Parts: sequence; C-alpha cells; structure tokens
Amino acid sequence: MHHMSPVPVLEVKELTKLYGKNTAIEDVSFTVNPNEIVGLLGPNGAGKTTTIDMILGVLEPTSGSIKIEGKDIAKKRSDALAVTNFAAVYAQLPGNLTISENLKIFGLLYSVPQLKNRIEEVIKEFDLEQFRNTRCGVLSSGEQTRVSLAKAMLNKPRLLLLDEPTASLDPSTAETIREKIKQYAAQDGGILWTSHNMHEVTDVCDRILFLSHGKILLEGNPKTLPQEHGKKDLEELFISIAREPLLRESL
Amino acid sequence: MSTQRIYAVFLRQWYLIRGNATRFVQMFIWITVDIVMWGFLSKYLSGISGSGFNLASVLLGAILLWDFLVQIMQGITMSFFEDVWSRNFLNVFASPIKISEYLTGFVLATIFRGILALAVMLTLASIIFGFSVLIYGAYIALFLLILFFTGIALGIIGVSIVLRLGPAAEWLIWPIPALLSPFVGVLYPLTILPQWMQYIGHALPPSYVFTGIRAIVDNGTLPGIELFWGIALSLVYIVIAYFILLSVYKKAIRSGLIARYSAETVN
Repeated sequence: MHHMSPVPVLEVKELTKLYGKNTAIEDVSFTVNPNEIVGLLGPNGAGKTTTIDMILGVLEPTSGSIKIEGKDIAKKRSDALAVTNFAAVYAQLPGNLTISENLKIFGLLYSVPQLKNRIEEVIKEFDLEQFRNTRCGVLSSGEQTRVSLAKAMLNKPRLLLLDEPTASLDPSTAETIREKIKQYAAQDGGILWTSHNMHEVTDVCDRILFLSHGKILLEGNPKTLPQEHGKKDLEELFISIAREPLLRESL
Repeated sequence: MSTQRIYAVFLRQWYLIRGNATRFVQMFIWITVDIVMWGFLSKYLSGISGSGFNLASVLLGAILLWDFLVQIMQGITMSFFEDVWSRNFLNVFASPIKISEYLTGFVLATIFRGILALAVMLTLASIIFGFSVLIYGAYIALFLLILFFTGIALGIIGVSIVLRLGPAAEWLIWPIPALLSPFVGVLYPLTILPQWMQYIGHALPPSYVFTGIRAIVDNGTLPGIELFWGIALSLVYIVIAYFILLSVYKKAIRSGLIARYSAETVN
C-alpha cells in the first residue's frame, strides 16, 4: 500500500552557486516526487555534480533552498540527510575494510534500525554473499558499484541520488540493477539519477531535466520529449542541446 | 549527539587496527625505540654524573610523557587521515553525522590508542629500567590529563590544517610535536631558554608538566598553581582548536573543498 506524501521528496528552489564571478548553477528549481525517477542530464561541466553536492549538504548554495521531505538542509542537515543516500562512481567505500564492516559503519551513521538484518538483506539483494568478508579494495569495479548501491539502500532512503550507477556494470548486471532501482521507486522512494547512457535514461526515468551551463534548459518525459522537439531519440536531443544550448528556443 | 554515529567513527578505527597487524605494530615501534634509547642514555648519564640527581626519573619519565602526548595527537590526526587516504570524505560528510560527533568518535579511538601506548611504554620502562611513573605520586594523573588535552587540541589543529589546505598538507602535520618540543622543556628547564622562548613555553601546557616532574624529583613537591595553569590552558586550547575546526569546516562546505578532496589523491 502506497501512501501519497503531502510534500515532494526533494524540492529544489531557485538554487544558485557562484564561485567568485563564475556561475556554476543559476536559478535552478525542480522537484522529485514519491515513486518518481528523475533523470538529471547534461554535458560534462553542466553542473550536475555541483547540484548533487548541494543536495548532499557538502556544498553550500550561494542562494536558494533545498528541502528533503520538507526538511530544509540548511537548517536541519542531519534530519534531511538521514532520509537520503547516494551512490556515485567517485565515492567508493573505503577499500581497507570488508563489505560487512563498511555496511555496519554506514548503517550506524544512518541509524538504521535492526541493522544486522538490514545488512543481510542488502548483501543478498545485491548478490554480495560470497564477498561479505572481502575488503572492498580488491573487488572489481562492478562489485564495488554493487557495494556502493547496497550502502545507498541501507537506510531505505526516501531520496536516493545515483550518479551513473550502472557505469561499470556488465549489461546483464546493469539490467538487474535498473530493475531493483525501479522496484525501489515503486515503494514510494524518489530518485534523482544522472547518466550519460540515454537508452538507460529513456528506459528508467519518468521525467528528465536537461542541465547546461548551470541552467535547466528542458524538462519532460524522456519517451516523448525528443519527438516534441523534432529529434528521433534522447541521444540526438542531448547532442543538439549539448552543442548549442543557447539555441534551445529553436528546438 | 548520536551515540550510534560516534560509535561508527570509533568502530572504523577499531576495524582498521584489527584488520591489519602491521598498523598495530607500527603504533608501538617508535615509542619502543624511544623508551629503550632514552632509558639507556639516562642510565649512562646517571652513572657518570655522580650528582645524586635521579636522571632516569627525569629523562625517561619526560620522554615517556612526551611520547604519550604525541600518540594522542596522532590518534586524532591518523583517524582523520584514514578518511583522507581512502577518499571517504564525501561518504562521511554526506551522511547525517555532525562535526562534533565525528570528532568525539576520534577522541574515543584516541583514548583507546593512548591507553595502549601508555601500557606498552610503562611496561617496557618498568621491565628494562625498573622505572615507575608512581614516583610522581598522584600528580601523574594530572600530568597525563594535561598532555591528553593538549594532544587532542593539537590533533584538532592538524585536522583543520588538512581540511583547509588539502590532503597534500598532511606532511605539515607530522613535524608539529617536534617543533613544539624545544619550547616546552621536555629535557631541560625553561630557565635555560632565551627569554622569548620562555614566553612561548609558558603559553604551552606541556611545559607545566615537565617543570612539574623536575620539581617532584628535585624536592618532592610542586606548586598546585602550576598544574592548574596547565589544565586551564590545555582546556582553552581545545575550545580554540574546536572553533578553528568549525570555521574551517564551514568554509570547506561553502567552497566545495569536501567534495573536491574526495576525488583528490594525496601527493
């Protein structure tokens, strides 16, 4: 039974980040609702990681607000982050600890109830049983990605941020992971997903945001948006926006 | 503060020690070398001086206490460096943990490390040289407290420096105790220092400890006011160090350094 949350899982309002005179993010607003997977797309340097860092509370916006489940991250950082989690290729878990040790530490950091059982659940869910006592540093990149996802799911976050979660997975494992993440969203979670794999984004995301030069240029359904702008698929749309962001009006 | 999150930080350090015997041994190599070397030197000097002054009680005791301070400082900085070396900043700071919890976890891990180091040093000093810190009487508890607080303050300053300047600044942290040691009079009284060095020495809490052990060995007593200043100063330094760390942390969050350090290698 799903319950409809009265507030979005994530509400980003008029977010701006300046580095001196350089504008990294300018007046970005969007929401992620329960049961929704939102794709955050854009070329390298568009501001995706900056946006994610601000949502994760490791980068302070110059102006604007971020609310997770209605909790303002600037005022209730711990509460907001307790219902959030993330997995990113650039944030692997410490390689000198085993999978079980890492999951126990992060489970405690996120105050996961019945932690022992929950660790067993995610270990099983991400097919990590045989590696539970293996140090993360000796795992393959695909296995490390699965460990990061297991950590990201550990606290059953209301908001899940995934930065290219299937980048180092083989096609079969990637498909399995995509299905798990879709199931997760169906259980009332909200997901913000970044990826450069446009086929994956079309398959997984309910809605996409195109970010370029720190601004949201387009927003819509990944399955219909390309046709609305006269492009055959999302990849063609991505390329046209990435190369000529200022000509978006003509799309 | 969440005890679960504090325990998580402590547990990480415990897992690291438990999982790597060389890390455990490394902790004790330097203190063992110091105790053995200074113990024999004290024995030799006592033999040739013939002054009746108990050199072993001063030199070996001073080295033992100084090493305790260094272990405490390193307990804090090494705990932090583990997150630097494993590029774990983003995972930790994007979790609900507060900076006060993160630091408290380090202090707990450091207490554990300090007790172990002290036990090893006392055992070695006792077995090899028949030295016991009990010659300092009940004052030893206060000496250790001053050095513990000072070590914590120095450790927090070390963490702040690395957080502000980046992982490569790790190499600025290791020499800090060596830079301070001439001013605090570990092996000699402050009075032999030039006046300007004495001023600095008096501002550093460990100087009261080393002045104290010499006074006890010399005439069996020491003025309580000295210890009071030592404790008060060390507590003031902890508060100052904590506010420096908070300020650096806020700046790191504003400028994006936390996220950047996660991707930065140590070079």
